[in-house]
Amino acid sequence: MRIKLEKRPEPSTLMAFATPIASVLLTMAIGVVVFDALGIKGEKAVIDIFLTPLLSSYKWQDVAVKAAPLIIIALGLSVGNRAQVWNIGAEGQYVIGALAAAGVGIAAGGAGGGIIITLMILAGILGGTFWAVFPAFLKTRLNVNEILTSLMLTYVALQVLGYLVGGPWKDPNGRNFPATAPLHADQTLPILFPGTTVHLGVAIALVLPFVFWLIMSRSVFGFQIRVVGSAPDAARHGGFDAKQTIWLSLLIGGAMAGLAGALEFAGALKAINLGFPSGYGFTAIIVSFLGRLNPIGCLIAGIVLAVTYVGGQVAQTTVHIPNSTAGIFQAMMLFFILASDILIRYRVRFVGSPKLAPMPAAGE
Amino acid sequence: MSTEFIIAAIVTIVGLTTPILLAALGELVVEKAGVLNLGVEGMMLMGAICGFGVTVSTFNPWLGILGAAAGGALSSMLFAVLVLELNSNQVATGLALTIFGTGLSSLIGLSYTGFIAPVFGSVFPASLANDAYLKVIFGYSPIVYFALIMVPVVAWFLKSTRSGMILRAVGENDLSAHSIGYSVKGVRYAAIAFGGAMAGIGGAYFSMVITPMWAEKMTAGRGWIALALVVFAGWRAGRLLVGAYFFGILMALELYAKASGFSFLPSQFWAAMPYLMTVIALSVISMRDRSGGNAPACLGKPFLPST
Repeated sequence: MRIKLEKRPEPSTLMAFATPIASVLLTMAIGVVVFDALGIKGEKAVIDIFLTPLLSSYKWQDVAVKAAPLIIIALGLSVGNRAQVWNIGAEGQYVIGALAAAGVGIAAGGAGGGIIITLMILAGILGGTFWAVFPAFLKTRLNVNEILTSLMLTYVALQVLGYLVGGPWKDPNGRNFPATAPLHADQTLPILFPGTTVHLGVAIALVLPFVFWLIMSRSVFGFQIRVVGSAPDAARHGGFDAKQTIWLSLLIGGAMAGLAGALEFAGALKAINLGFPSGYGFTAIIVSFLGRLNPIGCLIAGIVLAVTYVGGQVAQTTVHIPNSTAGIFQAMMLFFILASDILIRYRVRFVGSPKLAPMPAAGE
Repeated sequence: MSTEFIIAAIVTIVGLTTPILLAALGELVVEKAGVLNLGVEGMMLMGAICGFGVTVSTFNPWLGILGAAAGGALSSMLFAVLVLELNSNQVATGLALTIFGTGLSSLIGLSYTGFIAPVFGSVFPASLANDAYLKVIFGYSPIVYFALIMVPVVAWFLKSTRSGMILRAVGENDLSAHSIGYSVKGVRYAAIAFGGAMAGIGGAYFSMVITPMWAEKMTAGRGWIALALVVFAGWRAGRLLVGAYFFGILMALELYAKASGFSFLPSQFWAAMPYLMTVIALSVISMRDRSGGNAPACLGKPFLPST
């Protein structure tokens, strides 16, 4: 017996749907084994990380608030990934977006209200877009690898944040702690359900996937992105400009990351400190893959990843494992989804060893 | 500036440079074979905890270094299997490895918090190593000398050996290398394992030399600086050494600015410099040579032989 891979005539839709679900389940199963091996109650840890946030209703608001930035960033990244443009600098674009929003908030002084909040969000989008201009320019003009430039600029963005919150934007009443002053109440995003932390950004994160789905499946632009990604030669013959596609996919990725940063700042955290960049920009890459680069898939995958974040905090108190352990599960999901990609394009056949005589086929 | 200050500065710079030099030398070989592994930070952390764990358990830092190399190499194999056997996307797989390594090292490290590892003895006689002036040459951990020796070794391997030539061929044109009969996968497995081992030793420098204690996420993003360094050096071992010390000086300036409130430029400026310099270097290289500079032609692309 040996395993043979046979190319499918067409990518399997069944596998495209089944493999993300299988990846999550496999991650849970292996998690139990690995944690038991490390002397931690594996079953309890996995239940706390994956199920407790879903089963206890008081955790839902946490999941929703965590999912919002992940979904929004992943939507933007999926556009680029579909076109084979690899923006891995969303974390930096997210940070710059939040800083731009904070800048508007500070410039507004005591003023608040709908217009100021709208301006803050717009500034966030522009900030994120601006940070993506550099990789796009360098890629289209000088053919510089966008993976490397977008990644490097993330670390520059983190230093910009460190400088601003530790220097010019430091809260004068903050006991010398490097953080911006908390936003005025009328500069923060409206809360959707009184008494919870669910802010306007959550609603935006729920609506945007459907907008992206319409654009990607119904518009010429969506078609262009898909063609450039899957058949670059055909795209060139079809008159689609590769450079334009690179520009658009990077700028959309930056805009969405910037939007997510502004919403997280104005909706959830309300101040920026050194802990603001918490890796959402990187985790969103997992979301985008787990969601199969599909906008609705990103919505679901964003919720799954948010569950692991919230569950990680639960497990931290119940089974005393570090918060970053959730990362093991997040990475495992991504490993499985990447490994199973091959099942979409190939069929796995178990074939007999060629030395043996073939079995007479009874039914054929 | 006093002599003591200069000596202290040099010792600091050497300490900051060694881990990124080690990790970058490993990643250089990986990238020369046409593979982009963004998991350096994760492998460094795995090396840091494995090296620390072995040292604490055996009281032997030399075994600890082997443990660190093994920890880094083993975790790199996760990446290798996915990328080489299943042709998964290298960027995403490498990121997953970093997230995985960060989480797993924290989890393993739970049982090692509060321990202090026995440290290396000096390589040179104490009269040299502890001398107030000569320690600037003789007073370092063996890992520092190992890193320095590995620079010409890697350069010589890539440039002058048959295996190095095959490795470069695989990185430049995997299909041709395959059709001549070289094992593209085999070469890449070996390169990725070497990269993992070197990153592991680089990570162990934090847990076995700098502190000697374990702390979560103790490599503090140096894996990304190592990745930048490979690019900054234009994929050349010799320039890697120069670049590593240049980055080391920038990191020392950052520390100095932080500690002394060094007024004319903020510490964040120096911290951002390695990344900015890398973007600029990449652009300059690309401007000179439109094909993408000195980057291996197959970097980051899956190997898909038709047979």
